[in-house]
Formats: sequence, C-alpha cells, structure tokens
Amino acid sequence: MRFLLGYGSCGIASGAQTVLKGLEKAFEGTDYIVEKVGCNGLCFAEPIVEVVTDSGESFLYGRLNETTAIELAESVKKGELPLNNRLSDEEMAFLNGQKRIVLSGCGKIDPENIESYIENGGYTALKTALSMGAEKIIEEIKISGLRGRGGAGFPTYIKWQSARNSVAEEKYIVCNADEGDPGAFMDRAVLEGDPHRVLEGMMISGIAVGASTGIIYVRAEYPLAVKRLKMAIEQMREKGILGDNIFDSGFSFDFRIMMGAGAFVCGEETALLASLGGNRGMPVTKPPFPAQKGFRKQPTNINNVETFANVSWIIENGGAAFASMGTDGSKGTKVFALAGRVKRGGLVEVPMGLTINEIVFDICGGIKEDAEIKAVQMGGPSGGCIPKDMLDTPIDYENIAKTGAIMGSGGMIVMDEKTCMVDMAKFFMDFTSKESCGKCVPCRIGTTRMLEILERIVKGEGEESDIETLVDLGESIKTGALCGLGNSAPNPVLTTIKYFRNEYEAHIKEKCCPAKKCTALIEYKIDANKCKGCSLCSKKCPVEAISGQIKSPYTIDAQKCIRCGECISTCKFGAIEVLSGEGME
Amino acid sequence: MISELKNKIDAVLLKYDNPEESLIAILQDVQGFLGYISREAVEYITEKTGVASGRIMGVASFYAGFRLKPVGKYRIMVCMGTACHVNGSERMGDTVKRVLGIDAGDVTDDGLFSWEEVACLGCCSISPAMMINDTVYGNLTQDKVISVINSIKEEEGK
Repeated sequence: MRFLLGYGSCGIASGAQTVLKGLEKAFEGTDYIVEKVGCNGLCFAEPIVEVVTDSGESFLYGRLNETTAIELAESVKKGELPLNNRLSDEEMAFLNGQKRIVLSGCGKIDPENIESYIENGGYTALKTALSMGAEKIIEEIKISGLRGRGGAGFPTYIKWQSARNSVAEEKYIVCNADEGDPGAFMDRAVLEGDPHRVLEGMMISGIAVGASTGIIYVRAEYPLAVKRLKMAIEQMREKGILGDNIFDSGFSFDFRIMMGAGAFVCGEETALLASLGGNRGMPVTKPPFPAQKGFRKQPTNINNVETFANVSWIIENGGAAFASMGTDGSKGTKVFALAGRVKRGGLVEVPMGLTINEIVFDICGGIKEDAEIKAVQMGGPSGGCIPKDMLDTPIDYENIAKTGAIMGSGGMIVMDEKTCMVDMAKFFMDFTSKESCGKCVPCRIGTTRMLEILERIVKGEGEESDIETLVDLGESIKTGALCGLGNSAPNPVLTTIKYFRNEYEAHIKEKCCPAKKCTALIEYKIDANKCKGCSLCSKKCPVEAISGQIKSPYTIDAQKCIRCGECISTCKFGAIEVLSGEGME
Repeated sequence: MISELKNKIDAVLLKYDNPEESLIAILQDVQGFLGYISREAVEYITEKTGVASGRIMGVASFYAGFRLKPVGKYRIMVCMGTACHVNGSERMGDTVKRVLGIDAGDVTDDGLFSWEEVACLGCCSISPAMMINDTVYGNLTQDKVISVINSIKEEEGK
C-alpha cells in the first residue's frame, strides 16, 4: 500500500508538514512509507494524502491535520479504509473530464528522486528522440499542432525549425519559467511536482534545434521549484543523462538555472533575453527573432514550461495522438489554474474545446456559497473579463481572443456578484503600470493616465467623459506600444467597459458601487432591529468606530469607519449592512 | 566598509567568470547575505569588476526583487495577486500595517519585521496568502495574520 502526500508549496502552506509528522508517528515500527509527491491539483482539499491499495485502487483523503492523519494511519494499520476525511464523490468529480499530460506526474511521482520519474517512463522519449533525429522530431511536433502555452499560442514547430535553420557554433534552449501572471500557478506546480518532464522536453528541443545548453529562467519567488530543479539536474548528471555524449549518441547537453529578479515584463522573450544577459529587462523590436539572434547573440529557442512539458508525451505517443484532442486550431490539452470565488480551486488539465462553464461548474463545482457567477477573468493583466452569458465559449486560442480576453497562460479567476468590475480593471492597470518597463511612451505614460482615471472613478470622482477617454487611450496603447505587455495592457479595462459598462456608469453618475466593494462609495450601517447589543463588533473594530450600550443597538461612526469588514465577519446576527448610492447618508 | 563584507563579495565574484552577464546573480548573492543592495556593496563591485556603478544601480532599481534598503529579520510579503485581491488581500495588507505600525517597505525599530506588497506568490488556491521569509501562509483572515505575527514576536521574546 502506498501513501502519497502532496508536498508542493501550497500543500506545505496548508499544513502538509504536520500531516507528515502525524503519519510518520503512527507508522513508526511498521513497513508503511509516506511518499512526498508534488501537487495533484486538488488544491481545494489540501493537505491531501492519496492512499493506493495493493490492487491499485486509489482513495483521496483531504483537509487533514496531525490528529486526523494519525486516525487515518491507525485505521489503515487495522486494515480499514475510513470514510472520515475521504473526498466525496462530488468532490472527486473534479477529476472527471480531465486529461492529464502535463500534470500526469504531478502528485504521482517523487520529484526529488529521478528513479521515480524513470520508473514512470521518464527519459524513454529522450532515447526515442535521439534515434529519430532533428527533422523527424520537428515533423512530429508539427503534426501535433502544439502551440506556445505561455500566452501567445505561436506554433512551436516554427520556432524550433527557425532556430534549427540558423547557422551558428552555439545555440541555446531557454525555458521561460518566469510565471509572473498573477493568478496562474501551473508552471510552479509542474516544476515542483515533475521537474524532469520539463528538463526532458528541453533536451529534446535541444536535439531538434542543435543546442547543447539549456537555461531555465525561473522566478525567485518559487524557492521550492528552484530547489527541486537543482536536485533534478544533479541527479541527471549522476545517472549520465547529462553531460557529454549522452547514451553514447554523440549528443551533449547541460543545464543552467537563472533566477529571475521580479519583473513581469521578463515573460516577454526579448526582455527575458536582456535579463539573461545581466541587463534591465527591456524588450526590443523584432526581428531579429531570438531564433536568429538570442542569448549571447546566438540562435535561441524560448518556450514556456508547459510547452516543454508536453514534448515527451508527443514523442512517445506521436503527434497525431496529441492532435486528436482539442479543436481545429488548438490541439492537445491545456492546464488551467482555477482560483477566486470558485468552490473547488486548483489545477485542471482538459482537452481544448471544453467550455468555460464546463470547467467552472462541472469540474470545479461552481461558486463559493452558491453565489451567482458574474464573470471569469482569463489571461491575467493581458486578458479580459468574460461575462456570464458568454461562458459557453469553447476554450481555444481563437474563440477566447474573440471575446476580447486571451488564453494567456491559463489563469482563470472566477468572480461573483461581490466583485466590482471597475475595481478589477483598476487592479490590473495598477499592476501593468507598475510593471511597464518604461521604454516606450504609449505604455509608460498611457497606462499611468488610464490608472489615474480609474482611481478617480472608484473614488466617486469620475466624469461622464471618462469612459470614452479610457477607450480612446486603450486603443492607442494597444496599437502604439512596443511589446506584448503594452499591446495587451488595456484589455482588462476595454473588456470590462464592453461587458459591464453599467457598472462604470453607476460609479460615475450615481456614485454607487453595485458590488459594494469600492470603499469610498460604501457605508456600513447597523440594523437596529437585528442588533442584539452584544458589543463583539465594537471590540473587534480596529479604529474604534463602533459604540453603544450593552444590550441596545450599536452605531457606526461613518467618519471613523475604514470599511475593513471586520465587524461584518464578527456579527452573528447579520445586523451590519453595506449601503452604496441610494440610502447613504 | 568592513573587510568581512568585502571578503564575502570577493567570494561571490569568484563564482562568476563574466560579471557583466552574471550581474543579476551576483546581486542576488550579495542581497542573500546582506539583506539588501547597499551603496557600499555597489561601489565595491564596481571597483573589483569594472562594471559601472550606474549600470549596477540601473539593474538593481529595475527589478522588484532587489531592495535598496535593509529588511527586517522577518520579511513579510503580502500577496497582491488577482486571486488574493478578489479574496480580500488589501485588508490583509492593512492589518499587517496596523499591527506592525509601519508602512510597506519600512522596518520596525527593533529590526524584527519589514513588510511589502508583492506580485503573485502562485499560491492562488489558498488565497489570500502571504510569505514570511521562505514560509507561505494561506487562507488568511485578519485574525490569522495577527496571530502569526504575534507568535513570531513571542518566539523572539518581544
């Protein structure tokens, strides 16, 4: 019997360490071993243990702590599989409809042990690729229809072919693991949970392109991913999978890791190359493309983590098998990171072509507290908000682009009625204006002006002409900016204006925030009929804005109140209401 | 500048044969033991490598990961990613600010804490989240933020 404990960053943050302690304590003196694996994507139920019986049946136990972990272990020792903490059928529906390629090893293998990857078929694709040779590899990637998973969706084989066609002494493979899109965490999960899959993909790309050095540009904010990548590379070297003349094939390859220093723009490939060279991460115009002149001015092939993670599967199963999944223009699977107001957040890998609704409702169980869904944000700061009546859009690059959002790296933030769309637009504009590298005027100044207007609107100081000015500015930035960051920065504003114009108008004309989120436009008030005078809220209030006599209704001083929401979460009687627009004093 | 710092920087520089290209890694290493990039450190790197101090400052000020001011022993990073924002990260930041009594980017008088707002930590499924040094704390509430900070204070005997 096997015990697989999810031990990614999110699992550890949820208490996987204490679960491990509990299990090991209970298993002391027995033959049972707890295996630490990566995140299996069921983030909503962390910390998670998967119990696999000798006959291969699998049972998931979630939301464990030290005590429940010990209970689980004690039952297992008695030969029982308890029902407590076992994920219900409804929760297990999370896995229905998923097809796992990129995530196939996450939560299944021990990322800190290369043998675990090899036992599960690791590095056989590398051997196959070595016997296939470059042209056949590229042909297979072409047949697969694989497109860049970092956001833009550029056909992978074209990148590989053009890097191959460039003649040079030295070429490079770069893995873009600078997952800066807030709300996306699939790359972190893969690097932490199955690092060899990415490294193998990079090496196969190296054979195809004719490169002998792979560089992983990974965020410094992912210390566990960096640690496991380093371990993986060390173990590969010990096994002879790295270095000179690998498997006696004449092919030589080695890796380097470079930690990013925290700049969203470095997800853009020319900015990433500048950063690799020790410079400020500022993009340059293309051409020349990195495939012609990249790192150290040599031909360089840059792909995203998820793109590389698909490669070994394609080589092993054939491009046609990959292309049999998905839609006409978008083949294979895509990993989505579900977060926000969704009931079961986590990582979902599905064939392209499923609708957003199917992912949010069928797989992820709908909205927290069964609230009404309002929109789904896709593509992060470069993407847009897709409103609820368009959530039956099938997910592929083209259909998502038609909505005004983009596929992006696959972050999906689910929003309910409590989410203010103007506030969201401001949030993303705040992000992009800070992350703008400052090189080109449309992006540097344009995003700042857009942010200023949005800040005015949420403060209730908006003017009627603001919406048109935002649209105007947005369109100019989109066409005038130098790189992808600027070209897409207005998207969150433009899509929210397109689909939620009434919310902008309410903020501007009625000084009302319909979602009751924007603090300058709301007021807290205690309903005297519901208040029992228990005084809890007044004790909790950080600014002493609530006063009254025990057992008679309390009142809130609107001048002092900072609208932090502490009183609302404290009140047991639901006596505190939030007003906006009409009814405010 | 004290010679201990010089020795440490010397040891870092030995690791890299191309200081121009490895500038970011060098600065990361220096920040690793110094906690931030000090003016003295920049000048010493220039002296030893010939990389212009203007270029070093240009790189150090461009990336959010580099700090030009000291940090506390416990560096609190409150995630301001999208999922955290939707789930109330602003309030978490306000709470940290209130409890520590300092603005983002500053250090408490005892040198124990500093805090800052950071872009996504990639722990969206347990949002709102924050990271203290290398440890992530998720599913935060204002109470949890306060109790985490208090337990560190207790451990440190403050």
